[in-house]
Amino acid sequence: MSLAPAPAAGCADAPVLRERGQREVFCGLTGIVWLHRKIQDAFFLVVGSRTCAHLLQSAAGVMIFAEPRFATAIIDERDLAGLADCNAELDRVVTRLLERRPDIKLLFLVGSCPSEVIKLDLSRAAQRLSARFMPEVRVLNYSGSGIETTFTQGEDACLAALVPEMPAEPGAARSLLVVGALAEVVEDQFLRLFAALGVGPVRFLPARRAAELPAVGPGTRFLLAQPFLGDTARALEARGAVRIPAPFPLGVEGTMAWLGAAAQVWGTAHRLAEATAAPAGRARAALARIRESLDGRSIFFFPDSQLEIPLARFLARELGMRLTEVGTPYLHRAHLAEELAMLPGNATLSEGQHVERQLDRCRALRPDLTVCGLGLANPLEAEGLATKWSIELVFTPIQGFDQAADLAGLFARPLARRARLKV
Amino acid sequence: MQLALWTYEGPPHIGAMRIATAMQGVHYVLHAPQGDTYADLLFTMIERRDRRPPVTYTTFQARDLGGDTAGLFRDAVLEAHERFRPQAMLVGSSCTAELIQDDPGGLAKTLGLPIPVVPLELPAYQRKENWGAAETFYQLVRACAGPHVPKPGTGRAPRAEGRAPSCNILGATALGFRHRDDLLEVRKLLLALGVEIRVVAPWGATPADLAQLGEADFNVVLYPEIAGQAAAWLRRSFGQPATTVVPIGTGATRDFVQEVARLAGLPATLAEEALRAPWYARSVDSTYLTGKRVFIFGDATHAIAAARVAAEEMGFEVVGLGSYSREFGREMRAAAALHGVEALITDDYLEVEARIAALQPELVLGTQMERHVAKRLGIPCAVISAPVHVQDFPARHSPQMGIEGANVLFDSWVHPLMMGLEEHLLGMFREDFEFNDAAQPSHLGAPSQSGREAAPAAQPMPVPAAETPHSAAGAPLLAWVPDAEKELRKIPFFVRGKARRNTEKFAQERGIGTITVETLYDAKAHFSR
Repeated sequence: MSLAPAPAAGCADAPVLRERGQREVFCGLTGIVWLHRKIQDAFFLVVGSRTCAHLLQSAAGVMIFAEPRFATAIIDERDLAGLADCNAELDRVVTRLLERRPDIKLLFLVGSCPSEVIKLDLSRAAQRLSARFMPEVRVLNYSGSGIETTFTQGEDACLAALVPEMPAEPGAARSLLVVGALAEVVEDQFLRLFAALGVGPVRFLPARRAAELPAVGPGTRFLLAQPFLGDTARALEARGAVRIPAPFPLGVEGTMAWLGAAAQVWGTAHRLAEATAAPAGRARAALARIRESLDGRSIFFFPDSQLEIPLARFLARELGMRLTEVGTPYLHRAHLAEELAMLPGNATLSEGQHVERQLDRCRALRPDLTVCGLGLANPLEAEGLATKWSIELVFTPIQGFDQAADLAGLFARPLARRARLKV
Repeated sequence: MQLALWTYEGPPHIGAMRIATAMQGVHYVLHAPQGDTYADLLFTMIERRDRRPPVTYTTFQARDLGGDTAGLFRDAVLEAHERFRPQAMLVGSSCTAELIQDDPGGLAKTLGLPIPVVPLELPAYQRKENWGAAETFYQLVRACAGPHVPKPGTGRAPRAEGRAPSCNILGATALGFRHRDDLLEVRKLLLALGVEIRVVAPWGATPADLAQLGEADFNVVLYPEIAGQAAAWLRRSFGQPATTVVPIGTGATRDFVQEVARLAGLPATLAEEALRAPWYARSVDSTYLTGKRVFIFGDATHAIAAARVAAEEMGFEVVGLGSYSREFGREMRAAAALHGVEALITDDYLEVEARIAALQPELVLGTQMERHVAKRLGIPCAVISAPVHVQDFPARHSPQMGIEGANVLFDSWVHPLMMGLEEHLLGMFREDFEFNDAAQPSHLGAPSQSGREAAPAAQPMPVPAAETPHSAAGAPLLAWVPDAEKELRKIPFFVRGKARRNTEKFAQERGIGTITVETLYDAKAHFSR
């Protein structure tokens, strides 16, 4: 285990460049695209405009045809004429939907910018519809609007809406709750590791099925698997659960510290080295091969998912990349305290965005690799900058030891490709 | 409220973006919440553009709503003008900004910018993408060319002596299905006629180019959904006639050339040496295309054109025709009547899917959406219209219009059918002794003969019951007498499996236990009705 403090580490007190202006980011509705794959009997009904439907279609790509469990109730001019009418219309749409999809057990009414601006009360609509369709279908609501949420914050809002629905843990039995949607293969790896550490029982939020929501109570200790879960953490704390501070499980170092933090609470930290020896060793060997192509290369992050800081930490410390600017849409100081302490001190941190000025800075720095959204990637490539499109980092299994090399590979590949192409 | 999973068209401001992105020197400031920038990636990813669309979004957030979103908008306009120095600017609202009622047009006007600023009113809760594109193009054309409109009653000045007749080409946009290559083909047609091309718009045009639109003798309208409104205004204002035929397919290309020649006062000339589609369609290999039942759906222009090509140039039978372009309902119904079908005008893909499932066509021509529906239903399909995915913005030259367009249509429509025939044959071969999974390729030699027909011919012929497909399902045993089996082997191998199945089915249905030569021919007569 190499938890030796890296030299020049520590961004805990570093100044953060806060910017306002045009933001080239997704809204929280996009979270639906991976959340609906995760909660297998939930349906996500966006109440919004044709723009919202168009966004989901563009973000979901070809997935939209595999009987996806999301749709948009498109508000039209008749709905805008009067609010009462709008509620009746929503009930009609939901009824039709549930008749067609009897397999649905949990329905999320997802708020959008238009529904927020016309102040359509979706929480009351959810209560009303729940009363009507319980016990077959539970109806909840959250907002994925662009005016309130950025990209992965949609998952935060969704999970926070689930927290009040979690059953209460009887007594003060201790359990570990892992919070944040993870790929199933990653969940299973973590389950095995926690078992080897003697940490348990371990549960996950979100669960794979709506009816299997984990219990929560004062005995619950939770680990965030994702950095964008501020509201969810607050809601869990309101129910007595206690967060285990830890960096995020990206790379060998992050995963080790993340597992170690839980083991510490369970008093089994002495088992960490042995329990993780095999996967951590594999991962280190695999990373060493990729390090050759990334060592010393500079990297620039445009804000997207809030994963930027943990990713930058991993790339800097385990792969030797040189950080230029690390942008994040939102910086949760408490949840990222461990990450910031590990981040090399020479990185510029920025929160929020003025995309034109940020592009100016990026062009001036000419980083070897730029992490950005698909709206910027091809234009920057055309300017001669190598890019890594950031959305893939949310859809790909990247957490844990056995994904560490895959994660590094995502950054090495664009550079390898540039080196190969001769025309 | 309308329950929607897939939308054929985006909201109208996407149409406005398609115009702005197609042009040069235009910048669009869109009052929109954070997140609406998703639309950029349609252009950078699907169309693979190498630069960002010329759009600035105000990206207001919840905390801005109580305060000064109007101020945010003004700042965005000033900053965009300062940074991009456009010749003209478009300002407008997306769906959410429409609800907060900031009046982008009025706000922009108070800034006194030294360039034309065109306010766009795009009702997002009533209209859609193509309408937005048409309206934006019309407003831009009016704003730029309006000052040059001759006074009422003055009429068009006659063309200068010795000057060739000239036209504008209108309608090609960013994110248009094959617009890039259609333009090249149509240019070729016009140049061959001796027509001078003045302005191509919106594709590649600047606001200064739009100001000169009135100087041409007539307009060529490539996509009526987008350029129809602007062309109508140009006709009223400058007395410019416009083409009505869209040159998709051989027949339509010939008609288009006739129409342009008439408008230009020139003899019609069309160089057809590169036109291969008509001969391909007449060659004997295409005989099996005759009467293939085809379902067609797309935007009105492409669907109507495709129906003509399908019926007159491919020899298909059009069994369904429809469009999501509600604005062109009348044209669609008229076209459908020509083919004796009822037009399906809807933007609900479930309705389209239901119609396809009910009609069971042998080929579907449609959008990306119909491609997926057809895939699910196991029907061959080709894409003829937007919305399309990235693969339909190909690197190779791939027009739909003109001579090469006709060739492209032939290839791309027949291709899935060839695949279909291939699949069908392979399905039959699977049961043949030479093609079954266990059979070794003959060029590898044959150390062990496989398949029952390779067994010594003198073997008694009644087929072991276990080998007939239905005996396993508990059906009565069927036996082939040797003569019948011998007769069966005279049938070409690629239909032999089918003949065996049909004969056994025929026998089973009639309670015949022993199949003779007579049974074989009775069955053949029965199934060839």
